[in-house]
Amino acid sequence: MLSIKNLHVSLEEEDKQILKGVNLELEAGKVHAIMGPNGSGKSTLSYVLSGRDGYEVTEGEASLDGEDILEMEPEERAAAGLFLAFQYPVEIPGVGNMTFLRTAVNAQRKARGEEELSAGDFLKVVRAKAKDLKIDADMLKRPVNVGFSGGEKKRNEILQMAMLEPKMCILDETDSGLDVDAMKLVSQGVNALRDENRTFLVITHYQRLLDHIKPDVVHIMADGKIIKSGGPELALEVENNGYADLLAEMA
Amino acid sequence: MALPKAKQDLTEATLSALPAPFDGAWAKAAQDEARVRLAALGMPVRRDEYWKFTNPAAYTTEAAEFATSTDTLDVFDAAKPLTITFVDGVLDADASDDMMLEGVTIETLVDAADVDLHWAKGLYGVLENAANTAPAKDGAALYRSVPRPLAALNTAAARDGLVIRVSGAASRPIRISYRSNGGDAMIHHVIKVDEGASLTLLEEGTAGARSNVMLEVDIADKAAFHHLRMQEPVADRHTLTNTFARLGNESTFKSFGLTAQGVLTRNETIMELTGDDAVAHVAGACLGDGNVHHDDTVYITHDAVNCESRQVFKKVLRNGAVGVFQGKILVQPHAQKTDGYQISQSLLLDDDSQFLAKPELEIYADDVACSHGSTSGAIDEAALFYLRSRGVPHAEAINLLTLSFLAEALEEIDDEALAEMVQTRLEQWLRA
Ligand SMILES: Nc1ncnc2c1ncn2[C@@H]1O[C@H](COP(=O)(O)OP(=O)(O)OP(=O)(O)O)[C@@H](O)[C@H]1O
Ligand SMILES: [Mg+2]
Repeated sequence: MLSIKNLHVSLEEEDKQILKGVNLELEAGKVHAIMGPNGSGKSTLSYVLSGRDGYEVTEGEASLDGEDILEMEPEERAAAGLFLAFQYPVEIPGVGNMTFLRTAVNAQRKARGEEELSAGDFLKVVRAKAKDLKIDADMLKRPVNVGFSGGEKKRNEILQMAMLEPKMCILDETDSGLDVDAMKLVSQGVNALRDENRTFLVITHYQRLLDHIKPDVVHIMADGKIIKSGGPELALEVENNGYADLLAEMA
Repeated sequence: MALPKAKQDLTEATLSALPAPFDGAWAKAAQDEARVRLAALGMPVRRDEYWKFTNPAAYTTEAAEFATSTDTLDVFDAAKPLTITFVDGVLDADASDDMMLEGVTIETLVDAADVDLHWAKGLYGVLENAANTAPAKDGAALYRSVPRPLAALNTAAARDGLVIRVSGAASRPIRISYRSNGGDAMIHHVIKVDEGASLTLLEEGTAGARSNVMLEVDIADKAAFHHLRMQEPVADRHTLTNTFARLGNESTFKSFGLTAQGVLTRNETIMELTGDDAVAHVAGACLGDGNVHHDDTVYITHDAVNCESRQVFKKVLRNGAVGVFQGKILVQPHAQKTDGYQISQSLLLDDDSQFLAKPELEIYADDVACSHGSTSGAIDEAALFYLRSRGVPHAEAINLLTLSFLAEALEEIDDEALAEMVQTRLEQWLRA
């Protein structure tokens, strides 16, 4: 599904290298998790993959089902099936959440040569999915993320993912800011989407999320590199011992 | 005081080219007086402080050629307004509805001018005159009135317009549609809203290659006047509007204008709140792309107790478009408990465009709450990326952010149905 080879990324503004040769092979139908100390480059990886400005790829490649995505515009990557649930979802005053969702869904359908959803059909789908995530009608009407609590913003990210049905989902600390119940809702939302043609890359600091969304593979990122990969037990190790041992192993 | 030579020459040339005034006694007198006023004020030139940001030459010398307006005038059809059409500055009866509306009498200025002792005598040119020449109240000359010679010119030279008297709640809006085949248009409407009465006035279209459209609105106690104006994307139009309003006790004036394109637009609103507890809101949204100069100039005088005024102006500019805002709130010494608010903002979509703002507060009362702000900003890159990451194409993402930027101005429209109509046309113009 998503193949990342020797990815080196620097900041455009300053001469600072953040990703120093990332390699990841994410197969269809699998859930991969990335853990790693603060500042190790996890969000940077997610931004670079989704096409945010400000980064320069100095070496390496990334492809989605064989297609080089690094040259694509962000909207093209989205239409190709890539989705990032932001660590910090953006507030957009003046743009209604519903308008935003419908514009996004229809833009992607159009880009893929599919019919646009009628207003009625769209409404039906959105209402059902919002209900599953306990997002009420008021939140759908309000401007995108404006005045949403931290947890509400994260649930809104998952609603977008559920509506857009991307094949490659990157979740950047979607668990942060969620209460115990919301964590369950969000995990259910994610698990409902799990299927053999869809891949997840879950960035998290805590084992708790991985109790709900069981990963197939866990990677540890440190200083811009994947320093270790393993099964779910690797996350437990981090939970119990922190990163000190792993980092020492590498040194 | 003698006028500077260039101004003097321009003024004399303008005066000598004026058409003959109306025949009717009161109208002739009003137009003759306006000529005298214009001679004293002098035509505006670039050097004038009031025209610092907008070169008045296009309004005062020969107008450019003009491509005929093609936009259909149907923004407000769903509101089922009574429609009156002006083509090239004069009434087109064939393209107009019968001027019959419950609670309202509507005449043309041409007809009213022939009637002796018409009520319009007490309003035609009167608010313009007051704003151009009257001294400050309370004996103290606290401020000098700003000369508005192009309004005096309109009073002196208008050939047609509407004379509207509202005595009850108008059962539906009045729409004035303007069409042009090029050339000048000088139109002057006077509107008197009697105590407790209310009217919604809608204006659409392009009155001329070069147009000067004036509204004088007298709003009596507890009366309400709502106004929406759509200035369509006709590249070559030179549009000037002068709106004068006087507000009585507990009266309401609310005006919103949407402007798209136009090589030159200046919308002036001059309001005097003379009755206690009056509410005056004026708002505007502008889309400017390319060779566009758009100017909103507002002057609100608080002359009574416990009044509220509000100005909300938003402009989206790109490819060299220029936006201007001059907004003043003047609070007279006795105008205690004044609540004055003013915001002017531009969204600059590139480095070539500019926004020039001159917000002013002049306050002589001590118990008031007045605030103003003016900002110029670029597109929010984080929001833009967020939208694109969801698959919204770049251009459409910019459109969504543009609409969100303008939303605060459109929220000033009270009537939800009318607001929806404006919003729909805005989106069409934006995506054209
Ligand atoms: N635009 C930027 N300007 C300066 N430094 C940046 C920028 N973007 C990222 N960095 C730096 O790059 C490093 C990696 O940041 P990144 O956000 O990817 O870390 P992370 O692994 O997601 O951390 P966390 O677990 O705290 O979310 C950090 O040291 C950060 O300060
Ligand atoms: Mg991060």
